[in-house]
Amino acid sequence: MAEIRLEGLQKRFGRVVAVREVSLEVRDGEFVVLLGPSGCGKTTVLRMVAGLAVPDRGQVWIGGRDVTRLPPGRRDIGMVFQSYALFPHMRVFDNVAFGLRMRGVPQAEQVRRVREVSELLQIEDLLDRYPAQLSGGQRQRVAVARALVIRPQVLLMDEPLSNLDALLRMQFRAELKRLHREVGSTTLYVTHDQVEAMSLGDRVAVMREGEVVQFDAPAAIYDRPATRFVGAFLGNPPMNFLSAVVRWDGDEPWLQVAEARFPVPREYFQALRERPGEEVLMGIRPEHVVLGTGPLQGEVVVVEVLGPQKLLTVRTVGHVLKVTVGSQTPVQPGDRVQLDLPRPGLRLMDPRTEQALPRG
Amino acid sequence: MSLRRLAVYAAALTLSAWVLAPIGLIGLAAVTSREQLYRWPRPLWPQPITLDTLAFFLRQEGVLRALGNSLVVAGLTILLATALSAPAGYALARYPFRGREAVQLGLLTTKMFPATALAVPLAVAFLRWGLYDTLVGVALVHTALSVPFVVLIVASVFRGVSPELEEAAMSLGCNRLQAFWKVTLPMALPGLAAAAIFTFILSWNEVFAATLLTVNHRTLPALLVHSVVAEGAPLHYRYAGGFFLVLPALVIIFLIRRYLLTLWGVTVR
Repeated sequence: MAEIRLEGLQKRFGRVVAVREVSLEVRDGEFVVLLGPSGCGKTTVLRMVAGLAVPDRGQVWIGGRDVTRLPPGRRDIGMVFQSYALFPHMRVFDNVAFGLRMRGVPQAEQVRRVREVSELLQIEDLLDRYPAQLSGGQRQRVAVARALVIRPQVLLMDEPLSNLDALLRMQFRAELKRLHREVGSTTLYVTHDQVEAMSLGDRVAVMREGEVVQFDAPAAIYDRPATRFVGAFLGNPPMNFLSAVVRWDGDEPWLQVAEARFPVPREYFQALRERPGEEVLMGIRPEHVVLGTGPLQGEVVVVEVLGPQKLLTVRTVGHVLKVTVGSQTPVQPGDRVQLDLPRPGLRLMDPRTEQALPRG
Repeated sequence: MSLRRLAVYAAALTLSAWVLAPIGLIGLAAVTSREQLYRWPRPLWPQPITLDTLAFFLRQEGVLRALGNSLVVAGLTILLATALSAPAGYALARYPFRGREAVQLGLLTTKMFPATALAVPLAVAFLRWGLYDTLVGVALVHTALSVPFVVLIVASVFRGVSPELEEAAMSLGCNRLQAFWKVTLPMALPGLAAAAIFTFILSWNEVFAATLLTVNHRTLPALLVHSVVAEGAPLHYRYAGGFFLVLPALVIIFLIRRYLLTLWGVTVR
């Protein structure tokens, strides 16, 4: 086991900047998720950690060792590929044992360790089969077993669940979590699925355009997105954003949206002191919007029943908001409603930089 | 059946007949006895079926040796063409280097150059290098003729092996060469075999260079051309010779037809 340290990684492909600048530390035994939309550079970062891509600048440290120039085979990593990349011409046993053979592990030890890891992943019955004879979920297990059997210092996973159907994905997600608890290997995991990221990661690094925009525990990222992008990318449905004007009333600021006024969380007072009369972005999660009373008028446009909740699309002056309410709430499309944006759920951002305002 | 389907079937039938009729006639003639061949009107279906004509052909002077020569030349061609084309094909498949498209196109355009124009210079050069009338010389020309095709075929074979497999092997401790050797090569082997067989057919059927560059060491097609054109060989000799030329190509193409289809971009499962 070991920690991973990335220092100022940069990578371009021709004129395209894939990774602008990434510095990141994954602690020993930690599960870190690189999350971002496609093309944000997350896979390139992972490939640089694996040694499958060479950074233009910066260093990769694994377990206190500078591995930037080492080939993948000498970095002591295990990797699970999006396509699983099982060797089609080898039986499952030989697939799993491949890394052990390359390391010159004696035959008897190979058998013992393959058996051990097969038990862990429940693929004991599949060892004699060829990959083509396995289902997607089984292939996934074999791919993970093959990466784990060599007991790598770090485990790298590139969208390992994206080829599974929804149900299997959920099962395997839980399974990966269990595996990580049992094996405890330092893990770097790439995905574009925010649910996966939230459920798996000890910490999540949200990437955009080749940079890490926020690196924190999932709950913290969800609760306090560092930028508008993060707020919109995490959470389903995404965070609502309204533009509001800052007004000061003596010692107390408030935010004006159309004719409605909203009180401001105390932590933003300091930041708003310099912005009387200016615009700010008001972010609020759909579950924090309160339906029934409040200063904002709206019209329900769409009602979607999502099991335990209803997701409403509400049109107000100048904005369309997503609101989640309990499934028992009686509401119809076309209803005129009053909305409140209670103070604790408000997150303020600068409308130009789209960065969260500093909290005092 | 719609008119459209009817038209498609008619076209397919016509094309097949176009190709199969001569092959069928040669095949039938090759198992017809000599007397029947010269009778008029000749029965379409030989009575009795006999191997005499084929045996007669094989007993002719130089035929067995030419067969052997053809095999040697084809074997050498396969070796040389594979040695040259495999690395080139791998590079074309794996590395996005500058001018890759140009190289691919350039390979094909070499096929547009009329071989006839090269005939005299080639003969002179081979005389000078002591390659004239040698099997190695013929194999070299056949290699040159087949390399453009084989490179493209091999490239498509390697393209069919996911680079992620190689990367997986590397992440498990292989270096590049080991990853190629343990993963990519075994997976590409059937396709490479198909490419080799394709080369074999090219060489086996090649007549122009073989005729031009040999006197005593003729390959089978060269021998046939010589016997027919220069010596006016009899009808049954021609049929039997033609049959021996067609046979391996036919058998082989039948065996590897699935690969040939995939090579040209159609995937058949």
